[in-house]
Amino acid sequence: MNVQLPITRPSAVEAPQSPWRLRLRRFRRHRTGMAALALLLLIVLFCLAAWPVQWWLGVDTTTTDLLARFDPPSAAHPLGTDDAGRDELVRLMVGGQISLLVGLIATAFGALLGTAIGVAAGYFGGRLDAVLMRFTDGMIALPLLPLLIVLGALDLTKLGFSPEFARSGAAGFWRVVVIISIVDWTGVARIVRAATLAIREADYIRAARVSGARAGYAILTHVLPNVASPLIVALTLTVGRVILFESVLSFLGFGIVPPTPSWGNMLNNAQELVTTAPMLAVLPGLLIFLSVIAVNLLGDGLRHAFDPRGE
Amino acid sequence: MARFLLLRTVQALLVLLVMSFVIYGLIGLMPGDPIDLMMASNPGMTPEAAARLRAIYGLDQPLLLRYARWLWDALRGDLGFSRVHARPVLQVLLPALWQTCKLMLGGFTIAVLLSMLLGVLAALRPGDWIDGAISTVALAGVSVPVFWLALVLILVFAVNLHALPASGVGDGTWADTFWHMVLPVTTLALSIIGQFVRYVRAAMVDALRMDHVRTARAKGAGEGRIVLIHALRPALIPVVTVMALSFGGLFGGALITETMFAQPGMGKMIYDAILGNDYNLALSGLLFATLVTLLSNLAADLAYGWLDPRISVG
Repeated sequence: MNVQLPITRPSAVEAPQSPWRLRLRRFRRHRTGMAALALLLLIVLFCLAAWPVQWWLGVDTTTTDLLARFDPPSAAHPLGTDDAGRDELVRLMVGGQISLLVGLIATAFGALLGTAIGVAAGYFGGRLDAVLMRFTDGMIALPLLPLLIVLGALDLTKLGFSPEFARSGAAGFWRVVVIISIVDWTGVARIVRAATLAIREADYIRAARVSGARAGYAILTHVLPNVASPLIVALTLTVGRVILFESVLSFLGFGIVPPTPSWGNMLNNAQELVTTAPMLAVLPGLLIFLSVIAVNLLGDGLRHAFDPRGE
Repeated sequence: MARFLLLRTVQALLVLLVMSFVIYGLIGLMPGDPIDLMMASNPGMTPEAAARLRAIYGLDQPLLLRYARWLWDALRGDLGFSRVHARPVLQVLLPALWQTCKLMLGGFTIAVLLSMLLGVLAALRPGDWIDGAISTVALAGVSVPVFWLALVLILVFAVNLHALPASGVGDGTWADTFWHMVLPVTTLALSIIGQFVRYVRAAMVDALRMDHVRTARAKGAGEGRIVLIHALRPALIPVVTVMALSFGGLFGGALITETMFAQPGMGKMIYDAILGNDYNLALSGLLFATLVTLLSNLAADLAYGWLDPRISVG
């Protein structure tokens, strides 16, 4: 018995790795992506700091003080006060919560709508595909911003909601979320449809179908996981776009309604602020700008991690 | 080719027709009521007079009937009367369109030329510092809220430096008109240039890796010739398409720029019409914006087939 066994050092053998672990590793090595993630976390922390800061300073977002308009920064108001004597710092923090939340929720709703339409069109094909894609093309051909303004201007009481609800802050919030998500799902639908078409005829999906899997089962267990990576990249970029939509709608007066602050509506009367208190006009926009840059960079990093061939 | 053009035109008209109904319906759901507004401005109005006015304007009819009547009039060239301006809609719409055309022409041209230059420069050596700088600027351009960009420009150039006027169109002389257009045109250009640079760069990076470019280089073609002739031409195919596509979006997006700088263009007209319950004007303006978007999509399709000999449309 003198057989020489091949020498393998255990450390030289790579542990089997799941695709998600590989992606995570590739993302960790993407420097700008990681920097963007850090910046985004900082922004989120800043927004969440609203609660401790409110408690600490004893201020809130709505208490006005007309004797203390445009106060410079002080111990009680670290960033000074706005044109109604409200604390600017806390309004920036709470406004950020609203703006980011709209970005996330509207993107999620749009993603559900777009994924449902894209998967249905791609998986079932045929006439359903033709109808859904013509509908999508039609939506893409619409002027987004004017349409959003019309939808933002709708009188909710004429749609059967009670006047109390129509005036409430919650109505303002959900209205923005709904109108953005029913307008901004077309990109997702196209990406999901393309990805679904690409794998619909893959052997394992055919095998599943042959062994009796229903369409719903095949879609949930086989199609959607394969659509996930282009979808996640697209959705990241969508969050940035939605934040921009919310800000411009709120700025024009058709989005989040005061007194609830959002980064967009804090600039409502910025044209006058530019001459009297420039910082009030600059700060909310700067936060929008930074958040969207961070989200877009994060998207680039994720794309790198998910699809290295795309570089 | 003719068949393709006809098909797409019919499709576009269909979308326009559907949209006209959707927008007509939506506008009826906006707050306020033209008769209420008349009553507010005329305290002597009796309920009978209001009902009579309602009948005169046809507001007591069901939605479908009102829409059909509006469509019939619109097809014969009568878009109705603007309530706020007290003039026929077309007389309000055309000057506004001209103003937007001037702004768009300036902004779009600057954006196209500058993004070609920057995009090609960035693509020459992907990853070096020039590419890094240009890509960073482009990313900033994609991420900036346009109304805030306009605010910052006003703050810097109008409020602090007193160098440029912040709003309006000037007194009508050529020089004054020009100075008043500088900031709005700059804002419009900046609002799309980031997107364009990213497309041009990506298309050029792809094109410079193509086989025929390597062949040209191997045969000793000069670098300038390689970039401008061999790479730029195939790169232009996707770029021109995307630029044509975004023209419609820019037309709608001009709403922000025009509102910020008080330019009496289409966007501001639509915005004011919605705020002022001027239904006819808002409806026509929105439909016109849709039409421009549809036309630019059609132009993109045609450009694609025309530029790329491998694709034959029809």
